[in-house]
Amino acid sequence: MKLRTLTLGLLSASALAFAAHAESITIATVNNGDMVRMQKLTDDFTKANPDIQLNWVTLEENVLRERVTTDIATKGGQYDVMTIGTYEVPIWAKQSWLLPLDKLGDDYDAKDIIPAIAGGLSVDGKLYAAPFYGESSFVMYRKDLMEKAGLKMPDAPTWDFIKQAADKMTDRASGVNGVCLRGKAGWGENMAFLTAMSNSFGARWFDENWKPQFDQPEWKKTLQFYVDLMKADGPEGASSNGFNENLALFQQGKCGMWIDATVAASFVSDPKNSTVADKVGYALAPDNGLGKRGNWLWAWSLAIPAGTQKADAAEKFVSWATSKHYAELVASKEGWANVPPGTRSSLYANPEYQKAAPFAKMTLDSINAADPTHPTVKPVPYVGVQFVAIPEFQGLGTTVGQLFSAALAGQSSVDDALKQAQDAATAAMTEGGYIK
Amino acid sequence: MARAVTTQHKTIATVAAWIVALLIFFPILYTIITSFKSEQEAIQGFNLIPSGTFESYAEVQAQSGYFKFFLNSVLLSVGSTILALLVAIPAAWSMAFSPTKRTKDILMWMLSTKMMPAVAVLFPIYLIFRNLGLLDSRIGLMVMLMLINLPIVVWMLYTYFREIPGEILEAARMDGASLWNEIIYVLTPMAVPGIASTMLLNIILAWNEAFWTIRLTTTDAAPLTAFISSFSSPQGLFWAKLSAASTLAIAPILIMGWFSQKQLVRGLTFGAVK
Repeated sequence: MKLRTLTLGLLSASALAFAAHAESITIATVNNGDMVRMQKLTDDFTKANPDIQLNWVTLEENVLRERVTTDIATKGGQYDVMTIGTYEVPIWAKQSWLLPLDKLGDDYDAKDIIPAIAGGLSVDGKLYAAPFYGESSFVMYRKDLMEKAGLKMPDAPTWDFIKQAADKMTDRASGVNGVCLRGKAGWGENMAFLTAMSNSFGARWFDENWKPQFDQPEWKKTLQFYVDLMKADGPEGASSNGFNENLALFQQGKCGMWIDATVAASFVSDPKNSTVADKVGYALAPDNGLGKRGNWLWAWSLAIPAGTQKADAAEKFVSWATSKHYAELVASKEGWANVPPGTRSSLYANPEYQKAAPFAKMTLDSINAADPTHPTVKPVPYVGVQFVAIPEFQGLGTTVGQLFSAALAGQSSVDDALKQAQDAATAAMTEGGYIK
Repeated sequence: MARAVTTQHKTIATVAAWIVALLIFFPILYTIITSFKSEQEAIQGFNLIPSGTFESYAEVQAQSGYFKFFLNSVLLSVGSTILALLVAIPAAWSMAFSPTKRTKDILMWMLSTKMMPAVAVLFPIYLIFRNLGLLDSRIGLMVMLMLINLPIVVWMLYTYFREIPGEILEAARMDGASLWNEIIYVLTPMAVPGIASTMLLNIILAWNEAFWTIRLTTTDAAPLTAFISSFSSPQGLFWAKLSAASTLAIAPILIMGWFSQKQLVRGLTFGAVK
């Protein structure tokens, strides 16, 4: 009896000692398909690293952004790994809020990360976040409707072609809108699209001296073209449509074309959810012959806050989740089509991936066509294709987004919206000390 | 004739009451309906008849453990309510039976704190929690929920206590009851209906609180509000899953509210007609 008690005691003590030794790291993330899939596959990581436990916190995108900012600014230390985008990385890295990722392991092959994506996540040549999935934007279109309209989509269309095709494809009686574009206000919603679009029209948010440029003819051309196109060929109530609303419309066969994130390709071509899965074609985002296309660049990435006490364990996890090995793991469990796209060049060279994802080449071409360090036709003092990587942009971008959304809804004219945007941007820049 | 008019008035009042009740309840009803739709159906526009699929519930359950969040919600709402009553009963007693010139001002000041936007104090509170090691702790959140609901609890109890004749307490004192005996054995039993309805209301408020419970927790203390918020997706359809998560989160409090509605209404209207 005594022996049994002693054995049990020793076993419990060793179990407790193991539990005390095991380090737990907390990962903050958003709820999208790739992230949810990663949570399901973490056994592979914990088997190889039994001394590291993973805790997940999944939050709505804006709440995540706010929570992570609060935590990082106050050095709260609640998170050891956080999911952030290309907007935050350069700003936070400059503030020394993030740890540089220099211990990702010998077999990590950081050079395999697509250069455009790596550039957006690096400051002074150091990588501050590892991309989990990357995206650009491109045109998704209905091949059958295009054929019916007697047109052929070029690989690299112009805005004039988009307008012409949208006019011909629109058939309101059958519920088909020529084009579906984002209209919902928000710096990451309509302004992501409109800022990228404005680059191809030669517009820019600020000149080299941070003077707002909404009073320039390029912005007027951009916004007027967008509003006219949407009024003639867009869906009803477009000013409340974001990514998800347009996705649903396209999947239901109500859009001839949709210009949005490349990641949407896997949704619209999925026969389980899309009624038009076998009729979708892809093309680069449109341009105006000025040397810049209307496509953006974004990567949801894993970063380690400077306040963490568990940097080594956190970096091990980041390395695992963004490695080639992880891509192979997803492929073996759920097929190549479900591998997180847009981060590694080797994925696009893989014939199996090319076979499983017909949109692979166009996705890579789109990502490569975006340059966050030189996003516009004229020079700018900022980094970012569909955003301006300064802390003031979140608030200002959303304010301008609301003004442009109102112009789309017909609540104000294009001129009024641009004038108010100029005033709002001037006030924000003056307050931020960028201009006097 | 007079009777006919009265009946007519009653009918109009009943119909109006039903319309108002339906309007108030409709968002909850539509959430429940949406939870039985597929993601495609959910985003297709207004439709009151779902296909009756349970796929969202299955996915929600598979994606994150409901019961851990549920348990935290129960502990936080009940715990914060008990804490609030422990502070509010003596406070309301002193204001009801020994008022001073400034009692009304204090009550108004307490209530005015509810008018301040919570986000205005997010950083100071976050720093205090961080420095005290209370981030993601149930105890810390219980205290926070107690503090934000305290003004309402004190106000409600004050209103009930004012209805109790002071002479009864005086009589107890004459009989030699100490202060605590007076509160515990005389005042509290007489105010049981009021305390009960205050408790119920506070549990509901704490259960539904979504600002602090999301911002001060990560994993260990996260309640059902955090569970719901995790289903909103930046890229991908989520309305049906979000509705299923919301339905699962509100079901316990809805059922509790249904069974205790008489008590709640009685408590809330107590003293209103006097």
